[in-house]
Amino acid sequence: MLCATGRLLAARAATTLSAPPKSRGSAFRCRRRELHFPEHPELLFCDSSAGWLTRPSVPPGRRAVLRRGRMPPAMGGGLAGPEPRPRRGRSASQAARAAGTEAAARSPKRPARGSWRFEAVGRWVPLALVTLLSFATRFHRLEEPRHICWDETHFGKMGSYYINRTFFFDVHPPLGKMLIGLAGYLSGYDGTFLFQKPGDKYEHHSYIGMRGFCAFLGSWLVPFAYLTVLDLSRSLPAALLTAALLTFDTGCLTLSQYILLDPILMFFIMAAMLSMVKYNSCADRPFSAPWWFWLSLTGISLAGALGVKFVGLFIILQVGLNTIADLWHLFGDLSISLMTVGKHLTARILCLIVLPLALYTAIFAVHITVLNKSGPGDGFFSSAFQARLSGNNLHNASIPEHLAYGSVITVKNLKMAIGYLHSHPHLYPEGVGARQQQVTTYLHKDYNNLWIIKKHNTDSDPLDPSSPVEFVRHGDIIRLEHKQTSRNLHSHYHEAPLTRKHYQVTGYGINGTGDSNDFWRIEVVNRKFGNRIKVLRSRFRLIHLVTGCVLGSSGKVLPKWGWEQLEVTCTPYLKETLNSIWNVEDHINPKLPNISLEVLQPSFPEILLESHMVMIRGNNGLKPKDNEFTSKPWHWPINYQGLRFSGANDTDFRVYLLGNPVVWWLNLLSIAVYLLSGSIIAVAMQRGVQLPAEVEGLSQVLLRGGGQVLLGWMLHYFPFFLMGRVLYFHHYFPAMLFSSMLTGILWDTLLRLCAWRLAKGIHVVGILSLLLGTAYSFYLFHPLAYGMVGPLAQDPESPMAGLRWLESWDF
Amino acid sequence: MLEFLKCPVVVTAEVNLTVVALAAAGLLSRLWQLAHPRAVVSDPATRPDSTQNLDLRPVPPWGPGGLSVGWLAGHSWMEDPRERESVWSSDFDEVYYGQYISFYMKRVFFLDDSGPPFGHMLLALGGYMGGFDGNFMWNRIGAGTDAQALGPSSTALPGHMQGAGSEEEQPGLEPAPIWGAGTADRGLTHCTTVPAPPEYSPNVPVWSLRLLPALAGALSVPLAYQIVAELHFSHCAAMGAALLMLIENALITQSRLMLLESLLIFFNLLAVLSYLKFSNSQKHSPFSPAWWFWLTLTGVACSCAVGVKYMGVFTYLLVLAVAAVHAWQLIGDKALSHVCVFCHLLARAVALLVLPVVLYLLFFYVHLLLLYRSGPHDQIMSSAFQASLEGGLARITQGQPLEVAFGSQVTLRSVSGKPLPCWLHSHQNTYPMIYENGRGSSHQQQVTCYPFKDVNNWWIVKDPGRHQLVVSSPPRPVRHGDLVQLVHGMTTRFLNTHDVAAPLSPHAQEVSCYIDYNISMPSQNLWRLDIVNRNSDTEIWKTILSEVRFVHLNTSAVLKLSGAHLPDWGFRQLEVVGERVSRGESTVWNVEEHRYGRSQEQREREVELHSPTQVDISRNLSFMARFSELQWRMLTLRSDDSEHKYSSSPLDWVTLDTNIAYWLHPRTSAQIHLLGNVVVWTSAGLATLLYVLLFLWYLLRRRRNIRDLPEDVWLRWLLAGALCVGGWAVNYLPFFLTEKTLFLYHYLPALSFQLLLTPVVLQHVRDHLCR
Repeated sequence: MLCATGRLLAARAATTLSAPPKSRGSAFRCRRRELHFPEHPELLFCDSSAGWLTRPSVPPGRRAVLRRGRMPPAMGGGLAGPEPRPRRGRSASQAARAAGTEAAARSPKRPARGSWRFEAVGRWVPLALVTLLSFATRFHRLEEPRHICWDETHFGKMGSYYINRTFFFDVHPPLGKMLIGLAGYLSGYDGTFLFQKPGDKYEHHSYIGMRGFCAFLGSWLVPFAYLTVLDLSRSLPAALLTAALLTFDTGCLTLSQYILLDPILMFFIMAAMLSMVKYNSCADRPFSAPWWFWLSLTGISLAGALGVKFVGLFIILQVGLNTIADLWHLFGDLSISLMTVGKHLTARILCLIVLPLALYTAIFAVHITVLNKSGPGDGFFSSAFQARLSGNNLHNASIPEHLAYGSVITVKNLKMAIGYLHSHPHLYPEGVGARQQQVTTYLHKDYNNLWIIKKHNTDSDPLDPSSPVEFVRHGDIIRLEHKQTSRNLHSHYHEAPLTRKHYQVTGYGINGTGDSNDFWRIEVVNRKFGNRIKVLRSRFRLIHLVTGCVLGSSGKVLPKWGWEQLEVTCTPYLKETLNSIWNVEDHINPKLPNISLEVLQPSFPEILLESHMVMIRGNNGLKPKDNEFTSKPWHWPINYQGLRFSGANDTDFRVYLLGNPVVWWLNLLSIAVYLLSGSIIAVAMQRGVQLPAEVEGLSQVLLRGGGQVLLGWMLHYFPFFLMGRVLYFHHYFPAMLFSSMLTGILWDTLLRLCAWRLAKGIHVVGILSLLLGTAYSFYLFHPLAYGMVGPLAQDPESPMAGLRWLESWDF
Repeated sequence: MLEFLKCPVVVTAEVNLTVVALAAAGLLSRLWQLAHPRAVVSDPATRPDSTQNLDLRPVPPWGPGGLSVGWLAGHSWMEDPRERESVWSSDFDEVYYGQYISFYMKRVFFLDDSGPPFGHMLLALGGYMGGFDGNFMWNRIGAGTDAQALGPSSTALPGHMQGAGSEEEQPGLEPAPIWGAGTADRGLTHCTTVPAPPEYSPNVPVWSLRLLPALAGALSVPLAYQIVAELHFSHCAAMGAALLMLIENALITQSRLMLLESLLIFFNLLAVLSYLKFSNSQKHSPFSPAWWFWLTLTGVACSCAVGVKYMGVFTYLLVLAVAAVHAWQLIGDKALSHVCVFCHLLARAVALLVLPVVLYLLFFYVHLLLLYRSGPHDQIMSSAFQASLEGGLARITQGQPLEVAFGSQVTLRSVSGKPLPCWLHSHQNTYPMIYENGRGSSHQQQVTCYPFKDVNNWWIVKDPGRHQLVVSSPPRPVRHGDLVQLVHGMTTRFLNTHDVAAPLSPHAQEVSCYIDYNISMPSQNLWRLDIVNRNSDTEIWKTILSEVRFVHLNTSAVLKLSGAHLPDWGFRQLEVVGERVSRGESTVWNVEEHRYGRSQEQREREVELHSPTQVDISRNLSFMARFSELQWRMLTLRSDDSEHKYSSSPLDWVTLDTNIAYWLHPRTSAQIHLLGNVVVWTSAGLATLLYVLLFLWYLLRRRRNIRDLPEDVWLRWLLAGALCVGGWAVNYLPFFLTEKTLFLYHYLPALSFQLLLTPVVLQHVRDHLCR
């Protein structure tokens, strides 16, 4: 919108400058157009409004640039200038975008007014319709089902955490959940619902606000895609087709209707894409207000996308590539001075790097400020971090400073998200080393994390008030006795349960009496604080005296018998890794004076860094468990299998996340056809084949507009093949948006080519049949999204009977 | 006819003596005292025990042996030759490849997920030439590697190693008293037993086994020379590159052992060289014999590189990318006719795409042709594959009736084999009334999946409409869609499932053998047979070949291997469940052993079940089926990755912050280390950095239309960078994404490309910057 004004101004300026007698230039321009648009008398308007809008105050330097008429690099550049083909959409949009209603009212040329109004209607009505339809489909039956669906249990719960201000840990950045929490807060949800498991009834709790918020953002996807395609292809049918594909896709619809991060993520991704495309089309008028507007909007959307999920990195990558190509183009333009190029570069660094980073940091600042109460996420973070959470036992705590014999301590691994050294009265199962008591690391605070530090050679009670306090020093030989079970930390020449090259660590002995395999030498890593062991600050290693191995945690998750806690081993390789370095966190010793922990609070950059480390680790930790059925990336584009959102049996209210197969298979076909036709055109051009002007223009749309969207699809799809974490079907949806845009552009262009070659009607008929076909398939499959009750699809009486086209769909 | 007699026969040979000299020097450095540590080599990577008898601290490479640093470190001739025979040696992976060589010699099938078979075959060729008979106990043969390959089968289920029926005798293994186990660990356990010092027996032709890698390493030297020369850099630069290759001690060390890196490097360089020769001859004589020769050689070398190690794929892709860019320019060349361009493209496609694929298949063809006997890794493969090997399963299944009939006695194997290959199994023990977590069960007889052959794996296919458990005559075959009951052979109970949650997968149904407790829980033991790989809807259920699913009639649940290990009450066998909505390989089963049941009486039948099967039919699997199965298993097999004393991260390689101690003499402390030459590595690193900076500088300046270099110099500079820096990058950067345990030697292919760059950059600096 804003940008179109700019472009027209530029075009206007160019016209005036290249042809000194103003009236003649305009007349010439319009006449030339008339040759191509005999049926559009309203084109006269372009003259009048442009003339009216001419600004005399264009500085000379910019004029020089403008006159060159640099084409936006990644756009249908071939379409600029005199239009090669009759198209209502373009001229209509141009006119409408050029001057608002106000301009029309003030237009001196009376005859143009009516037709212009017609064009404005033609411009706005489709957009309004598309938006309306999108909102209508997304908000229809939003309140159904009235229970928790699928991942709502996580994200709803996290929204509640924000309302309750309890600290939690999640693998995704906080923005999405913060917004959900905000939406819940504003809509009167009080954060008391437990969100325990899918299927729980909401009852009187107000959940509709959160769902409505997600649906609101999800509804914008369609108009965004519509505008993006309109800008890339300059063709209304293409944009309408894209909008129809997305509106009528049951998958997008389902995903937008629940309290999930995906609608929020996709909203920001599409917003970034749209503003990038818009800003590209402003490229002929750099540093103008719309240019700045779209550029900074791109940056803001990028921050939003990254702030919701790390998948946002892919759109950042796309914008980055686009920007590099753009700058490369500018740099190669010898008419632009290096100074100007520098300005361009600075503008992009400011808007696309500095601004998003600042916003992203701000999101975290809010996150950390809001969540100031201790909660379930504490144990994932370092001891110092926890000291700032109220309710945590380290908050405002004061504990003895130096470790002494007889102290009761918790020992925490220095590597993030490993946790506390832990033991419990369960044995290692048969066949896993010696059948002794398990020793693990555990992320949550628990009485089983407490250990008593004892001398290796005496059993006298060090807490006996008569004996003097004796501090633990670097190099001492100690024993660690588990407080709850009175077994000693022990290791021996047995394979560790998972890391078979390490030794097993167990709890051994009765009431603290064990054997020489219970002796550990405590060694402080780079002794900053003298020979004593300082709480929280000293980092130490525990070296097993008999075997010489080092106590560490491999970070691997034990099977069920180990309660899925993490494995503790004794590693014979003396590598310096964080896995084998520990610090003391809690420290109880009545004989020692306490000091305050206030001094230990970390600074904001430290907090930021730490939360990221923990998130990345958490993400990598989401490994598929053995034999768990996981979705594979190649399943996705073929719509191989859906995700069950709610219900399984025929009496349940069932919602099944599955793409509309007609849409998805059309998308898949389109990618293949696009690659084929794209390479044919590219080879033809490389061979220097002379194409007719119409074909030339259409191929430019296909190669540039389509190429950009295809790049988006690839960037949002292929990286998943490299990911080791658990993948789900819904990860494909951002890519699916791009794929649908490609379909819109491709079929419109192909049908136009056919129409040019054969008969005009083909284009209209083709587009219409595609639109109607999609709509009809939506009619068939809509129960997937809006929910269905009754017999399963294999039952002939089911409303979905006959629609289970693939064996693998379970509805 | 005799025209040629009329003119003199002249052979003009152009011999570049430099190349000859370089080749000779290369041979000398690589082959001298090649058989030297004449002892078996054991790789600390596959031998966790080895750490016990070494000092835990890494031995500094300049250690007590007083061995020289620098490239001499590659050799260890400094100890007393008399000691040689008693050396306790460890060259790195030699034992790893050695056992495969033995397998080749004995024609025993094996599966190695580390790479395609071409490299292994080349090593075996060395053994074959030396007359090796394969009789040598590589240490831990059949123990370590098998355990690793088969996963936890030999370790996680130790209670059931005793074999058939043993579990019945000791139901519910009592947990050993905790203190009893505690006292045991004071003594030496299996972890501390030191493997016998492995030493080559006289029948092992050490020299010829190590010959091929050494030759490949030696020939890399002249290859380096020629590559730089073909890039149109000066003779001096080419010499420099070759010398760097010659004196790089890490390359020498790696070439002199029975390892694959030097072969990989050789084929990588050969592919690059032949592509350069090809593209240089493109300008003046396309479609000439030389053109064809080099083009074909490019394809051959690429596929050899891929055949040696999967790593070779990256060099192949690089060559393809360069070829694609050149082809794209060719398409844009309007001087050529359409037909001519098409011929060019076709020739390239055949030589660079089709030929490597064909060769790759050929490697596997030869591999499978050579290895026709069953061996230790059979279990991983499907029944059909196993049956195609001589011995092993083939011996058992040979002569089984093909078509399963009502009354047949069968064992059912899970097709997926994940996490373990196993057979459907039942035994008299029942599910515990109440599980640990408080849920209840049906308390009926357990049905599990058991990874060992056992008499309890036999099931009888019964016609629900009749009472006989024997095959009628003539046998009535079972077809797709038929209803069957499965009767457990030893207990005569029916396979049953019902709406009770399974023990470990509560969302799925429990599968049991039905015991009627008379508690209004009727038996639901009808299963519909669904042949997955059928051609028609009336297809007959065939032994081994048919992959079937059992769909429960009442609940439409599918019999599935959930993959979870049952707790002690289930003897840690694998859980079998019925799942309503389920697909994938874990629901598919095939008949492995099969015979027609003859005995009416239970007692007779038990005797019959205990006796081996026989009758006769032979089955053959096509090569493509075997190839695809083998390739798939190789790619999906997950070996237990683990850390290692000498393992390192990719970042350590560039800075040379790591080494590998290959070999250490216990008395004289003579040793072999894999360690790079600091000077060479630093200079190569600096050259790469300088190249990238200069490249960016030139690129930006060219964009502003400032031409520092003449066009041909620029193109040459570009190509050199694409091949050398590109070769380094594609062979190095992927390691950041791999999750395997990595060692310094993984960096050598990347290094070999990086070495070529140093003289190139130096010459460029001299010619164009220091004028």
